[in-house]
Amino acid sequence: MMILSGDPPRSRALTLVLVVIILALAATPFLFPGAKALNVAAKICVFAALVASYDLLLGYTGSVSFAHTMFYGIGSYAVAIALYGMGPNWAAVATGIVVGLPLAALLALAIGLFSLRVAAIFFAMITLAVASAFQVLASQLSWLTGGEDGRSFQLPELLRPGTVLVSKSLFGFEINGRTLTYYLVFAVSALMILGLLRVVNSPFGRVLQAIRENRFRAEALGFRTVFHLTYANCLAALVAASAGMLNALWLRYAGPDTSLSFSIMLDILLMVVIGGMGTIYGAIIGATIFILAQNYLQSLMGVASKAAAEAGLPLLPGLLHPDRWLLWLGLLFIASVYFFPTGVVGRLRNVGGDKSPGASH
Amino acid sequence: MTELAATDPLPKPKRDIAPILLPIALALVTIPLIGSPSTWLTLTAASLAMGMMIFIMASGLTLVFGLMDVLNFGHGAFIAVGAYVATLVFAPFAASIQADSLWINLAVLAPAALLSMAVSGALGLIVERVLILPVYGQHLKQILMTTGGLIVAEQTLYALWGPQIIPTPLPTSLRGSFILGDVAIAKYRVLATLIGLAVFVAIQLVLNRTKLGLLIRAGVENREMVEALGYRIRRLFLGVFMTGSALAGLGGVMWALYREQVHASMSDELTVLIFVVVIIGGLGSIGGCFIGAILVAMVANYGGFLVPKLALVSNILLMVAILMWRPRGLYAVTSR
Repeated sequence: MMILSGDPPRSRALTLVLVVIILALAATPFLFPGAKALNVAAKICVFAALVASYDLLLGYTGSVSFAHTMFYGIGSYAVAIALYGMGPNWAAVATGIVVGLPLAALLALAIGLFSLRVAAIFFAMITLAVASAFQVLASQLSWLTGGEDGRSFQLPELLRPGTVLVSKSLFGFEINGRTLTYYLVFAVSALMILGLLRVVNSPFGRVLQAIRENRFRAEALGFRTVFHLTYANCLAALVAASAGMLNALWLRYAGPDTSLSFSIMLDILLMVVIGGMGTIYGAIIGATIFILAQNYLQSLMGVASKAAAEAGLPLLPGLLHPDRWLLWLGLLFIASVYFFPTGVVGRLRNVGGDKSPGASH
Repeated sequence: MTELAATDPLPKPKRDIAPILLPIALALVTIPLIGSPSTWLTLTAASLAMGMMIFIMASGLTLVFGLMDVLNFGHGAFIAVGAYVATLVFAPFAASIQADSLWINLAVLAPAALLSMAVSGALGLIVERVLILPVYGQHLKQILMTTGGLIVAEQTLYALWGPQIIPTPLPTSLRGSFILGDVAIAKYRVLATLIGLAVFVAIQLVLNRTKLGLLIRAGVENREMVEALGYRIRRLFLGVFMTGSALAGLGGVMWALYREQVHASMSDELTVLIFVVVIIGGLGSIGGCFIGAILVAMVANYGGFLVPKLALVSNILLMVAILMWRPRGLYAVTSR
């Protein structure tokens, strides 16, 4: 319980699902051969951490930020530009971290101080405006960011796929630099999620929840709400930037489409709401569902679309076209907000949950 | 203390003219910076036209927020829907659009615009009933619901029309410019400015000269009081929401002709612009929204001419500057 900061899943079904997901992720390099499975697993890890950090904002403080991909992008680009400019060595990775994290935190601080003093709605609009300006800026400063093409780079020797650490003859599996990178992504993401669990279950996290429930009362109790909200915003930005760094390291690339675009922001929103707001565990489940759907639902829809086209049905082929998968997730999103605002996690907790004290909010 | 007799007119509230002077001052300051008066005039005309289009799209959003404390993040969807619906009319009447007669051109444009407004307005009815009514009074859920609505609307547009960009060429008679001496002002911009002004005047007249407007303004200031007086503010709100959606659709048609293309992602780009305008103007204020739209357009046009690199972040800089001066926007209407 220590490692979960005294905030266990509180439901047998939920625990089972989480254990299955985490074991599957941990064993992906050995269980599922092929580059695609590993890519999907790495993406789930990165996004679970990213979405968990967004949950700190959305679920625990109740403020909607549209600038979360900006911090994610800052992390990605910091590592990418450093490795691109300084060559593939560990000093470059360190430089990326040393530059990227403070930059993200400072920007979060500035936005927070500027807009968190007022209503949640103001914060949402201002983050949206700032994020879109940043996106334009990143695509225009092409001497630094590579513009629309982004930056591809080489990883340090140890993390390259060509580096064989344990040859296949020993265990029947080859452990190479790619596997090592995957476990780096996995471990750092897991650490960040555990860290976030610690944060939301600390007295600080309780204050955030108090602010979410009733800001005026929290202020009346003597908490400086602006300080708490800004602090949470900076923490979330730091985790998001770290997730961005992991993403860049995994893809060996940083570009507007993979790390900055507004559609990623919408993806994060979908994941956090479908998984369950204000639970942190929801991030893992949301990211898993969403990314599995993104990668495997599309081919399913392609088959359905073809079948509908052959049957001569109107409209359906267009609606079921693989590129339209977001339409269905959007509908699921609206349904989640409306019918089960606590997401999958809340559902699972209600269904098979042991009725320990504090199980219901 | 002087006593007021019952027959005395109520003391007039002091008019706050500083925000009105702001765009004028900005325009005057840029004359020496730009140098050539003819370029300045062209840029100013461009700013006015762009500002009017943004105003048309943003006015509904700001009223809806002011009246009902509802912020519609999916407002951009109405813009895109309006633009797409207009292409339905443009496509079969392509010949009439290419005809070199203002009247024939307008005979296609006007029904197209009306149809767009009708469809966006009807969509507004559905969105209000399905998405906003269930989460009424909960900001967080409103933002999430309307964002979800935006995703669904955008994807549906892709599904119905396909992902390609649809060209919407300007009618022949609206191409080219009026040449006055060495000043060139595009014809379409004049038309856009006129429509924008007409919408602004119409909204102001309705708000200030009719009983309906009186109720809306009273609702913006104090919702409960209007309800207590026996008016069904929900119905009023639905009307405002549909009008706002219809105006967004009209703005979408105008923007499509301005850019001469339609794409489902146009809503993303415009949503940001509209939010900046609504924040600058002060949530709920039509006058502030009008001035904010002109300011944003001016900064974009003048800035784009003087310091092209700066134009990318000019909106943010403008917003920061305005909020430093007046933290709740140019005109703070609501107490929220």
